[in-house]
Amino acid sequence: MGSSKLERQKMPEQEPKIRRTNFNEVALGFTAEQATEEAKRCLQCKKPKCMEGCPVEVKIPSFLKYVAEGDFESAIKEIKADNALPAVCGRVCPQETQCEQACILGKKGASVSIGRLERFVADYERKKGVEIPSVPKPSGKKVAVVGSGPAGLTAAADLAKMGHSVTIFEALHEAGGVLTYGIPEFRLPKDIVNAEVEYVKKLGVTILLDSVIGKIDTVDGLLDEFDAVFLGTGAGLPVFLDIDGENLNGVYSANEFLTRVNLMKSYKFPEYDTPIKKGKHVVVVGGGNVAMDSARCALRLGAEEVTVVYRRGEEEMPARAEEIEHAKEEGIKFRLLTNPVRIIGDGKNWVTHIECINMYLCEPDESGRCKPMPLAGSEHKIEADVVIIAIGTSPNPLVPRTTQGLEITKHGTVIAEENGATTKQGVYAGGDAVTGSATVISAMGAGKKAARAIDEGIRAK
Amino acid sequence: MPFKIVTKKELVPTIHLMEISAPRIAKKAQPGQFVILRIDETGERIPLTVADFDRRKGTITMIFQAVGKTTTQLSSLKAGGELLDFIGPLGNPAHIENLGTVILVGGGVGVAPVFPQARAFKESGNKVISIIGSRSANLLLWEDRMRKVSDELYITTDDGTKGHHGFVTDIVKKLLENGTKVERVVAIGPPVMMRAVAGVTRPFNVKTIVSLNSIMVDGTGMCGACRVLVGNETKFACVDGPEFDAHLVDFTLLMNRLAMYQPEEKLAFEKYKCEREGCTC
Ligand SMILES: Cc1cc2nc3c(=O)[nH]c(=O)nc-3n(C[C@H](O)[C@H](O)[C@H](O)COP(=O)(O)OP(=O)(O)OC[C@H]3O[C@@H](n4cnc5c(N)ncnc54)[C@H](O)[C@@H]3O)c2cc1C
Ligand SMILES: Cc1cc2nc3c(=O)[nH]c(=O)nc-3n(C[C@H](O)[C@H](O)[C@H](O)COP(=O)(O)OP(=O)(O)OC[C@H]3O[C@@H](n4cnc5c(N)ncnc54)[C@H](O)[C@@H]3O)c2cc1C
Ligand code: SF4
Ligand code: SF4
Ligand code: FES
Repeated sequence: MGSSKLERQKMPEQEPKIRRTNFNEVALGFTAEQATEEAKRCLQCKKPKCMEGCPVEVKIPSFLKYVAEGDFESAIKEIKADNALPAVCGRVCPQETQCEQACILGKKGASVSIGRLERFVADYERKKGVEIPSVPKPSGKKVAVVGSGPAGLTAAADLAKMGHSVTIFEALHEAGGVLTYGIPEFRLPKDIVNAEVEYVKKLGVTILLDSVIGKIDTVDGLLDEFDAVFLGTGAGLPVFLDIDGENLNGVYSANEFLTRVNLMKSYKFPEYDTPIKKGKHVVVVGGGNVAMDSARCALRLGAEEVTVVYRRGEEEMPARAEEIEHAKEEGIKFRLLTNPVRIIGDGKNWVTHIECINMYLCEPDESGRCKPMPLAGSEHKIEADVVIIAIGTSPNPLVPRTTQGLEITKHGTVIAEENGATTKQGVYAGGDAVTGSATVISAMGAGKKAARAIDEGIRAK
Repeated sequence: MPFKIVTKKELVPTIHLMEISAPRIAKKAQPGQFVILRIDETGERIPLTVADFDRRKGTITMIFQAVGKTTTQLSSLKAGGELLDFIGPLGNPAHIENLGTVILVGGGVGVAPVFPQARAFKESGNKVISIIGSRSANLLLWEDRMRKVSDELYITTDDGTKGHHGFVTDIVKKLLENGTKVERVVAIGPPVMMRAVAGVTRPFNVKTIVSLNSIMVDGTGMCGACRVLVGNETKFACVDGPEFDAHLVDFTLLMNRLAMYQPEEKLAFEKYKCEREGCTC
């Protein structure tokens, strides 16, 4: 199986016709042979551009060198020095705008498939059994981490490796944050998330599930018991459109729809008790990863037609290119430059249609994107028995409201310095709670930085 | 981290009491708050109001009615058994203060969540008038407990087998019409009952509080399943409530949304009964 320096190895995938009927993983992963071939494409640059594109600075050329040599064990060790969740990142990082975009090979042909190789070695290690690094002797310091998403898990893992005693408090009944309740099984199998969580536990981290901070205890209460607190509470508050008809039966926030499907496993109803409305004609509003995931879940639940309605053009869609491509292959329809104006019911509180208006793009706004404007007179109805609103989320106010002296912005995000320090002594924050909805790897980067700052802070005490 | 069932008994037909060992929650629970529980791995998350708590023993007591799959399965569990997940205390505590005279209305299983509030209103120096109702005498809950914390106690049954023959609203109306000076009414029970109480108190301009039981998933403000319309504004019952000003609540929307999963609930219940009774359908 030869490969030129310009062409990438193809990753095997489930056929679109088949995968649209199941929740099994879409991408099947490289074979060992494909992996070594792909890794050999790397030029081993002296000044590797790729690393600049990775928010946690995975030592990409050196791990690729090991893969090329067939030494997968050394490869995974090299990655794990910087990234505690490689099986996750290899699957969901937007590599095309991060490490792979920066790869020098991409300038002439195709960049090295860094993400897929990261995934390959992480999967290889998981199948063989994960090695637990030895942790240094206990520092005698205790740190509380609120939230078990990628930010919290990374901060906890790093702090444990520094010898601190770490307890994670998680509101839901499973750890993982968005990795567990948001991103669907077919994109990120839950046994992979569980394995990553187990790894963090094996480092000595205690995870207390079912523990909503702000209710069962407060951050101020935690500070009595712990030397520092890290807030990795994410951005889980759903935003609605604020249009007529949003409370009709059949209208979901993406958070509710995905939580029912993924966390509560309602795609297995009635084997699992939590119900979900399957819908024949499903309309998803939004253009990000969350919209793609909602649309593809609705399709797999058995919808006849799933339509994504987005107010800008395809260029502007924030979803990963691969997800949009996959969604199209599976038969999801896209109505771009289209915006909902109201949701219409049948008089008995059930949704039947969504009324939309066509949009056009004029001058770019302050964010540099083109501001969409409605085209008067272009109102039209789309049939829908399930509507999913996936236009974004903001941070949950529960912790800020119950914490003395923790300041937030007008968008509800926690104010924090580059190293995670908040306006409250001993309290650090990172991930979506600080940035608003972002990416898994940026949340991990923030967790990592905060762990370093916390370590310095509590050792100085 | 499973949670131990300390006590389980059937109080009246279909209505059960369950006491759970959950010291961290018991330390913080307040009247008006609720918990969310999940029985096992395939189970649904369901909310139940805190009917009582014992900080010293570290327990939370719920009273629930077996109405569908999850509550029926819950009613089949025994002391010594376990629940997989138990989350709380959720929602905002009830506003208890010394107001003067307070009427507390509990309908059906709603008597249970009214009890800790009646006790708290009494302890803060209010005159407590309680009205508890059920369909029939044999379904009446916690009369003795309610009597202990009330200055006046009225009982109503739909079929006239005990107390006043009629609805709780009849008594509320009579009291208000007779000129009883009332500062606050708290009503907890089926949505139709809460709507009726709101209708009776509105012309008298008596502030009326209800506890909304909309469908919930996470209970932390993350999903929006529990959204209700209050004063024409969308609120999340789990974090903004569960208690709201009854005169501002859109009860029709609440009832419509509660019916959203009826076909699925029926299917799940039938399947559960089949499995339990070992039939071959
Ligand atoms: C559907 C979906 C698809 C996505 N797809 C991608 C993708 O393909 N690639 C990518 O890079 N990013 C993706 N993202 C974004 C990414 O998942 C997030 O940026 C990332 O998970 C943020 O991590 P976090 O640790 O900051 O927060 P989260 O993952 O949100 O975790 C926060 C955790 O804190 C818990 N919590 C909150 N409040 C409390 C409290 N008061 N007490 C206790 N616990 C609390 C929550 O229950 C949750 O478990 C996606 C997001 C969604 C929703
Ligand atoms: C804040 C709150 C406090 C509550 N307190 C009590 C209580 O103290 N005692 C009590 O008996 N009941 C209480 N309930 C109602 C209780 O949660 C439901 O009876 C229970 O969820 C029914 O589940 P099931 O599977 O047995 O029945 P199902 O057949 O599934 O449902 C029966 C009916 O219960 C409602 N329901 C179903 N699922 C949910 C859900 N996830 N969340 C809320 N309602 C649902 C629906 O209206 C449904 O038609 C409370 C509800 C809320 C929101
Ligand atoms: S963690 Fe993400 S960005 Fe970094 S190398 Fe891996 S796939 Fe690329
Ligand atoms: S930039 Fe590309 S070719 Fe260069 S070291 Fe990184 S992965 Fe290899
Ligand atoms: S139950 Fe999910 S937001 Fe209230």
